[in-house]
Amino acid sequence: MDLVAKGLTLEIEGENHLDDISFGMRKGELYTLLGRTLAGKTTLLKTIAGLITPDSGRLLFEDCDLGGVPVWERNIAMVYQQFINYPHLNVFENVAFPLRQRKVDPAAINRRVMTALSSVGLDGFEGRKIQALSGGQQQRVALARSLAKEAGILLLDEPLVNLDYKLREQLREEFRNIFSSTVASDSILIYSSTDPLEAMQLGGEVIVLDEARVLQQGPGHEIFENPANTRVAEISNDPAMNLMNGTIGDGSIQLGADMALPLPPHFKGLTPGDYIFGLRASDVILADKGISFTVELSEISGSETYLHVAGGAHKFVGLLDMVRNFKAAETVSLSLDVKKIYAFDMAGDLVSSPFGGGR
Amino acid sequence: MHKIYLSLKYGFICVWSMFVVAPFLWALSTSFKDFQSVTSGATYIPWLQFEPTLEGWRVLWESPANGGVDIAEPYLNSIIVTCLASIISIILGTLSAYALSRFTFKAGFIRNNDITFFFISQRIMPPVVLSIPFFIMLGFLGLLDSMVGLIMVYIVLLMPIAVWIMVDFFNKVPREIDETALIDGCNPYQAFFKVVLPNSIPGMIVAGMFCLIFGWTDFFFAFILTFTEVQLLPVRIVALNSSITPWWSLSAAALISVAPLIVVAFIVERFLSKGNLSGALK
Repeated sequence: MDLVAKGLTLEIEGENHLDDISFGMRKGELYTLLGRTLAGKTTLLKTIAGLITPDSGRLLFEDCDLGGVPVWERNIAMVYQQFINYPHLNVFENVAFPLRQRKVDPAAINRRVMTALSSVGLDGFEGRKIQALSGGQQQRVALARSLAKEAGILLLDEPLVNLDYKLREQLREEFRNIFSSTVASDSILIYSSTDPLEAMQLGGEVIVLDEARVLQQGPGHEIFENPANTRVAEISNDPAMNLMNGTIGDGSIQLGADMALPLPPHFKGLTPGDYIFGLRASDVILADKGISFTVELSEISGSETYLHVAGGAHKFVGLLDMVRNFKAAETVSLSLDVKKIYAFDMAGDLVSSPFGGGR
Repeated sequence: MHKIYLSLKYGFICVWSMFVVAPFLWALSTSFKDFQSVTSGATYIPWLQFEPTLEGWRVLWESPANGGVDIAEPYLNSIIVTCLASIISIILGTLSAYALSRFTFKAGFIRNNDITFFFISQRIMPPVVLSIPFFIMLGFLGLLDSMVGLIMVYIVLLMPIAVWIMVDFFNKVPREIDETALIDGCNPYQAFFKVVLPNSIPGMIVAGMFCLIFGWTDFFFAFILTFTEVQLLPVRIVALNSSITPWWSLSAAALISVAPLIVVAFIVERFLSKGNLSGALK
């Protein structure tokens, strides 16, 4: 492990900003910090950068304790979610700034700046003023600056969140290519995001953060297939995974008094009792012979329809792969795909997953 | 309805312009009169209503021995005192404003906002109240009737303006710019001088303008804290007012005293309208 955090803790005015955070990261890999707003993603990134000093805990990079190393001596680059550049400098000087600061030889500066600008698709923009660029271009300049520095740790704090949808999609694709082609095997890339889709698309390892704690770390597919607990299941799915209390008994799943589902094969080993069941919105299917639900709200998003329904004591969100207008209070027949259902114990920890996880 | 609105609007603008421009025109007209023209009733248009003369302007540069006013020396004093006090106020004010904007200070119940308020509280008190302690303090330091004493007092009066404007300015500059500078290898001093300062020039120009205006137009403290050795322009102008008020040279002196501010305003306006300052930080 090249970057190791051991028990990072930070408390400000009685509120936890970092709660005993530990992880290990390897060079040449991409890590995504996935968590909702205020989960502590930015605080963690700033702590790694050295802008925030934790109350306790250690941060080691290549076996060297970063504790006493000030920000400006750390070998780190960072891109913010706001488009942060130096307004008084042109594009070239913006990218060259960290290199000039390190007294890199001018010919090398020229080469590295041009390479970085070209890799973010800004050839020919060297002489432009920052204010004359669009938001997407400004963010590319910030990215070019962080790439040109060739830092050991590259931090990206929700770099795409302030861009419009189309540009975000396009830049995300480009980012992935830039990372795989230019970020050498000797740097660690840490990307923070609130969007589970983005975390999965970027590939690499995902670290799920919530309320200043690390809930789970693992490859993206592992988080998706076997979320460690209900909170991870909610954070790592959009829309959040449907969760409902129920019991296992008599060879079936009882969801309240009026809803029963057949027991799927992967639940066979579970002892009868109370559980929290989880089902992704995409595993709620429109079916003729299903269970009747009442529509509360229906929203069309692209080629999909979000369907909010209620039935008995339960409320669901279904993500239907079709475009259809449902009326409020309309009755729909839905089938819940039991082969894809998760079981968590009453404390919220995973006990059985369709992918074989759990205890 | 629209016509009524338009005529009201332009009517108001005309009346307002009269109030703003008329004093200047009056002073300009009066400065070309002599004793005869001033006392022979209200006249405004030269050649038509009175015979213009340069007498009022000429005596300003004559030494008192020749019956003149000698405005040159107080003029120079005013320029030195105002400029030095403004420059020092801007430098100190910008540094303190940056600290107040970026760092958190705690001393008992005192926080950043309280400190900012302490600065401005200097200007809340009526000048008369401040003048007595200033007089005593300068007297104790032996700096009454001296340029150094005046500059010190003006710094106390002007720095709050600079702090107030610059704190507001820095609060609008994202902290992330400073942080990025640190991450890019600047220590805190380099971050301030290489990144924050070059981007603060618009704010410093605005603050500088206000300092120059307030410093240049002050009469009260210059009047209280100086006697014979050092005289500033406003004091000399008022001193013209003796048994027979020479309205002509009084007007000429007033116009000359306004001139530098007009030049400053003109330069700043040109500078700002280039557009590279106002929109530097959004």
